[in-house]
Amino acid sequence: MISKQGTLTAKQEEGRHVALGLSVKDLLEMYDKMLLARALDERMWLLNRQGKANFVVSGQGHEAAQVGSAYALKRGVDFVLTYYRDHAVALTVGISARDVMLSTLAKANDPSSAGRQFPAHYSFPPLRIVSVSSAVATQIPHASGIALASKLKGEEAVTIVYFGDGATSKGDFHEGLNFAGVHKLPVVFFCENNLYAISVPLSKQMAIQDVAERAKAYGFPGVVVDGNDVLAVYEVTKEALDRARSGGGPTLIDAKTYRFLPHTSEDDDRRYRSREEVEEWKKRDPIERFRRDLLQAGILTEALDQEARKRTAAEAEDAVEFGQKSPDPDPKDALRYVYFEG
Amino acid sequence: MPIKTVIEALREALFEEMQRDERVVLLGEDIGLHGGVFRATEGLFQAFGEHRVIDTPLAESGIVGVAIGAAINGLRPVAEIQFADYIYSAMDQIVNEAAKLRYRSNGTWGCPLVIRAPWGAGVHGGLYHSQSIEAFFAHVAGLKVVAPVTPYDVKGLLKASIRDEDPVIFLEHKKTYRLIKGEVPEGDYIVPIGKAEVKREGSDLTVIAYGLMLHYSLEAAEKVAKEGIDVEVVDLRTILPLDKKTILASVRKTGKVLIVHEDNKTGGFGGELAGLITEEAFEDLDGPIMRLAVPDVPMMPFNAVLEDFLMLNPEKIVAAIRQLAAY
Ligand SMILES: Cc1ncc(C[n+]2csc(CCOP(=O)(O)OP(=O)(O)O)c2C)c(N)n1
Repeated sequence: MISKQGTLTAKQEEGRHVALGLSVKDLLEMYDKMLLARALDERMWLLNRQGKANFVVSGQGHEAAQVGSAYALKRGVDFVLTYYRDHAVALTVGISARDVMLSTLAKANDPSSAGRQFPAHYSFPPLRIVSVSSAVATQIPHASGIALASKLKGEEAVTIVYFGDGATSKGDFHEGLNFAGVHKLPVVFFCENNLYAISVPLSKQMAIQDVAERAKAYGFPGVVVDGNDVLAVYEVTKEALDRARSGGGPTLIDAKTYRFLPHTSEDDDRRYRSREEVEEWKKRDPIERFRRDLLQAGILTEALDQEARKRTAAEAEDAVEFGQKSPDPDPKDALRYVYFEG
Repeated sequence: MPIKTVIEALREALFEEMQRDERVVLLGEDIGLHGGVFRATEGLFQAFGEHRVIDTPLAESGIVGVAIGAAINGLRPVAEIQFADYIYSAMDQIVNEAAKLRYRSNGTWGCPLVIRAPWGAGVHGGLYHSQSIEAFFAHVAGLKVVAPVTPYDVKGLLKASIRDEDPVIFLEHKKTYRLIKGEVPEGDYIVPIGKAEVKREGSDLTVIAYGLMLHYSLEAAEKVAKEGIDVEVVDLRTILPLDKKTILASVRKTGKVLIVHEDNKTGGFGGELAGLITEEAFEDLDGPIMRLAVPDVPMMPFNAVLEDFLMLNPEKIVAAIRQLAAY
């Protein structure tokens, strides 16, 4: 097991991104995606509370884990299997803010499923974002199968699959990782470890400290990373992708993070998490942390930050408006695409 | 035309499809060097190599899950579940994933996947090598379910299944593997999914069957012919999607229907057939729709006396035919 922990000072921060091969433009783009994801997420909850969105799932708190990892992908080349919390992964890979809202509101022009799936079940073949269900962990063996096909075809694509800590208890996790280990497949297993599966804490999910430890059983590296440090996440994901691409096999990444809001719009997390705990984690907000680091490194200025916030807020507003005035599907569309239609 | 067994026809279909299309890969337990516990894949490992005939870890959900992923990324996987009785741990992958991928992505992703599974009783397979599983899957929109039992149909339907764009559960009655022989033409042909076939024409009553019961029903039909009862036998071949046209045409012709399956009666596929016929051909019936099925107990106890007591056979079908014909 390898441990990656980011330590941050102005100087190191500057050095860090250079060493990672990231430009200033990259850093600002990552920051932008995090802000956009947060802005959209906040609006989803408003829509839900106003009765305009039936159900929403939040990624607030997970932005560094999601953007840092997705930014390391070869977009359009690598296959991506998200889970229901991954708005920021989808945005980073290339789903638009408008498409996020179309999914939230289940509209006819929602590219993921035309309103058939729950929100945030992103799917878009041109970007190789693969459709996933709501059944926890079932996408994990799919990732191994996609990677098997890439290997057999000799294509350079790596597959990344996202899931929560609760998902690692399921047989699908074991069966998917075991198969990938046996065949040394080009796949990265990315766990957004937010310490809870709805209300069930990690201590009741597993008898070990780190999900990453499980990799040992499958014969490939498991990496623990501070999931609220976007550059540390980028670094370990990039390493894992490079290793997979060059024939070195899979990696399991255990990104420690925290979800700020209830599990979904239907959940009340006061039943199982103290407000103190939540507040403590909010002090480690990954967006605020990246902002501070970028400011210290002189990459971001207050003025630039204000501008970025305004821009992403406007983009989110536009997406909400666009989503709300988009049409519902034709009722008869409910009967289509059960089978291939040519 | 050469005479082949069911298992030979099956193997031939796999071989020819793998030769025709390099996207076709096989996944399953013991299917490589060993050639499969029923020898369905014998020689394929040697012919196509370990990358296309993949021995998997012992994990049915993983086999199907990985095969779904391979299908998503452009392969044409054929997964083998060693015995249909062990398919349940892959139920989630089949029902929630394979069957729903196209629908949930509004037709933008698909899952061209074949899941082969040896099923059925009558071979002293005990409780865990005898089960009928078709009714579980016939209930799932997005799947196709086929159960051919002549060498000709097995070869043609397996080819059609491999070329299909959607997931197909391909049921192979294990007792027919070596028992049933028949003509199989040289060269490429397919039997389309979704087409039943009248395997014996008759005018007095219709027997609808599939699997081993098709062969038993044909035997029974010959026996009662001597008594002057002229039975038409319809082989479903495909369970989902159902060939309503062929079924209803036969019912309209004879006016009497006996449905025979070796699955348990309650919730068995016979209920669905009876429902269809009642809804769409009630006026044409001149007798009750009869179902002959295995009693509602787990199938099958290992002891031969117990299994024989439960299992259907041509004699039991003859008795049911006589009863219905006399109505
Ligand atoms: C197989 C399955 N069981 C139960 C559920 C209901 N459910 C949805 S999310 C969830 C918790 C998942 O927790 P985790 O994997 O840690 O991800 P997180 O939501 O914390 O990001 C549960 C129990 C489900 N969707 N699928």
